[in-house]
Amino acid sequence: MPGRSLFEKIWDQHVIARLNEDTDLLHIDRHLLHDLGGSRGLLDLKSRGLKVHNPELTFATPDHAISTAPGRAGTSKIGLELLAALRVETSASGITMFDVDQPGQGIVHVVGPELGLSLPGATIVCGDSHTCTHGGLGALAFGIGSSELTHVLATQALIQRRPKTLRARFEGKLPLGVTAKDMILALIGQIGAAGGTGYAVEYAGSAIRELPIEGRLTICNLSIELGAKMGMVAPDEKTFEFLRGRPYAPTGEMWDLAVKAWRELPSDPDAVFDREVVIDVTKIIPQVTWGISPEHVIGVDGRIPDPKTVDDPARRAAIETALDYMGLQGGAPIAGTPVDWVFIGSCTNSRLSDLRAAAEVARGRKVAPGVRAWVVPGSENVKRDAVAEGLDKIFVEAGFEWREPGCSMCLAANGEVVAPGQRSVSTSNRNFVGRQGPRARTHLASPASAAASAIAGAIADVRMMGR
Amino acid sequence: MPKPFDKLTATAAPIMRSNIDTDVIIRIERLVGNSIRGTLGKWAFGSLRYLPDGSENPDFILNREPYREAEILVTGPNFGCGSSREGAVWSLQERGIRAIIGSGFGDIFFANCFQNGILPIVVDKAVVDSLAADIEATQGAGKVSIDLEAQTVVSPSGKQYSFEIDPRRREGLLKGLDEVALTLQRDDDIHAFQDADRTARPWIHSTRISA
Repeated sequence: MPGRSLFEKIWDQHVIARLNEDTDLLHIDRHLLHDLGGSRGLLDLKSRGLKVHNPELTFATPDHAISTAPGRAGTSKIGLELLAALRVETSASGITMFDVDQPGQGIVHVVGPELGLSLPGATIVCGDSHTCTHGGLGALAFGIGSSELTHVLATQALIQRRPKTLRARFEGKLPLGVTAKDMILALIGQIGAAGGTGYAVEYAGSAIRELPIEGRLTICNLSIELGAKMGMVAPDEKTFEFLRGRPYAPTGEMWDLAVKAWRELPSDPDAVFDREVVIDVTKIIPQVTWGISPEHVIGVDGRIPDPKTVDDPARRAAIETALDYMGLQGGAPIAGTPVDWVFIGSCTNSRLSDLRAAAEVARGRKVAPGVRAWVVPGSENVKRDAVAEGLDKIFVEAGFEWREPGCSMCLAANGEVVAPGQRSVSTSNRNFVGRQGPRARTHLASPASAAASAIAGAIADVRMMGR
Repeated sequence: MPKPFDKLTATAAPIMRSNIDTDVIIRIERLVGNSIRGTLGKWAFGSLRYLPDGSENPDFILNREPYREAEILVTGPNFGCGSSREGAVWSLQERGIRAIIGSGFGDIFFANCFQNGILPIVVDKAVVDSLAADIEATQGAGKVSIDLEAQTVVSPSGKQYSFEIDPRRREGLLKGLDEVALTLQRDDDIHAFQDADRTARPWIHSTRISA
């Protein structure tokens, strides 16, 4: 029998019943709810006369629809209604909710790992496509729609077709100024926004092993922008150290048992993948997107693609559509493009290490005149830790606005938007048409690159501002 | 419970741009709230369908006759990529769409379609392109026919293509099956799994806070 991959080991362990040769009924170990879809699912369940199958495996926190303004001022009426409904419905069902201003509140994909709810070898779902983030701890985690959400509430299980497997090996030593965000954007640029569709991706290789856990969470977060709803990294000593002592992580004898099991999870040396990709990270430079799909990405020292030089009519038209929306000139250098907004936050890049990297660039400098720059910590705990080490002061002195935890301007579900026609450098995950607000223009980049761009007032190469 | 799907002959609209994401299909602010069902049809493809002043964009295909009546979309690569929002499927459904033919779809969007009785059909890109050309040659007047039982698509000029579909999903659509009810019939299996798993992996099931 050939060796098994990390993905196959976790999948096989969760099969309750085989439904046909490709489809299984899987047990779900953790179900995370947020304010946008959580109460809707619980109400849907109630209307069917059903109860939550395992409330002790279900956790909730508001993030999408709440304001991140100080004091949460500005949460819309409907946002407040959703928050109230989440409180009422989770309480009625016996589900733990981490409420506003409490440790544990925050972007659901920041909170799960931080509390030790997300564990290696676990199946984790949430009604949000960036649930793949939790794969950074060696979990099988993926986003689901509203119907599947109701299904998990009712049964603690989910009917899933087994995906193919793809291993992306990042090899080599990461150059200075290049981050996990740049690694994954470079991969998306290389194999495209549908390059991972239908696959569960395992990120491996020396550069992944070197990455701290928060970097691995960032890598896995963008799996869905590769088209893959699941992305994962094999757990190792770094993973165990990250989890040890977290509030919901196992303790004592149970911790020892868990670690013993987690050590068995990494892919066997002879595991076979349906597709393999190798990325030489020594060649990666800080990445920035120029268009309306994450695959529209180049190095910050590069030039915007010129449709005139593209022969394939479909590709040419796609570039023209993107440049027209983005208000950019094909063939021009991307660096130096003036920006109006900088957003540092989101489930991609709002953890303590992200804020440290941005603060390191911002320290002792000033946001350029005319640029509005926000820092939105990913969770209440991240906020408190950042404040304890004075990061908030560095940002505020540099002219950034320091805000409350939430999804904020990543998806603009909360009234926090980039104005029409304005240009934003954002540490989030999607540069889609209208993602940060109607007709807003988004350039994705790392926290360090975003901070550098805020200081420069234009898309900037952080390596030129190094310390 | 999804409406059953068996056969459909209808106007089809080609929307061939690559990577049409679910944010483009439905903007997030239309999905904030628990009473949104039934309100979404007019916001499907909002940023393509309407001009900044709120008037209809005459260039967008679903604003033109006869495509206004389309119940089938023929789409470019990676349609429905991005967010897991099921509202993308709801908005298309409320707009009258019942089937989508493309060379590839976002994984979560694809799964969400089946949950709502919408048939997403995956065929080679060459078939999608030929189908789109055939539709455009009739200026949309020629209808496309889909037979789920036979797993065929017939173009306006009579070209027939077959497609593959997971047999379990096909049966689910043909009968309009409710997955929650089906899985609850296996509740004994779920409990048996959990009982064994509590011994094998107690740390998964013991979620009392340890700090």
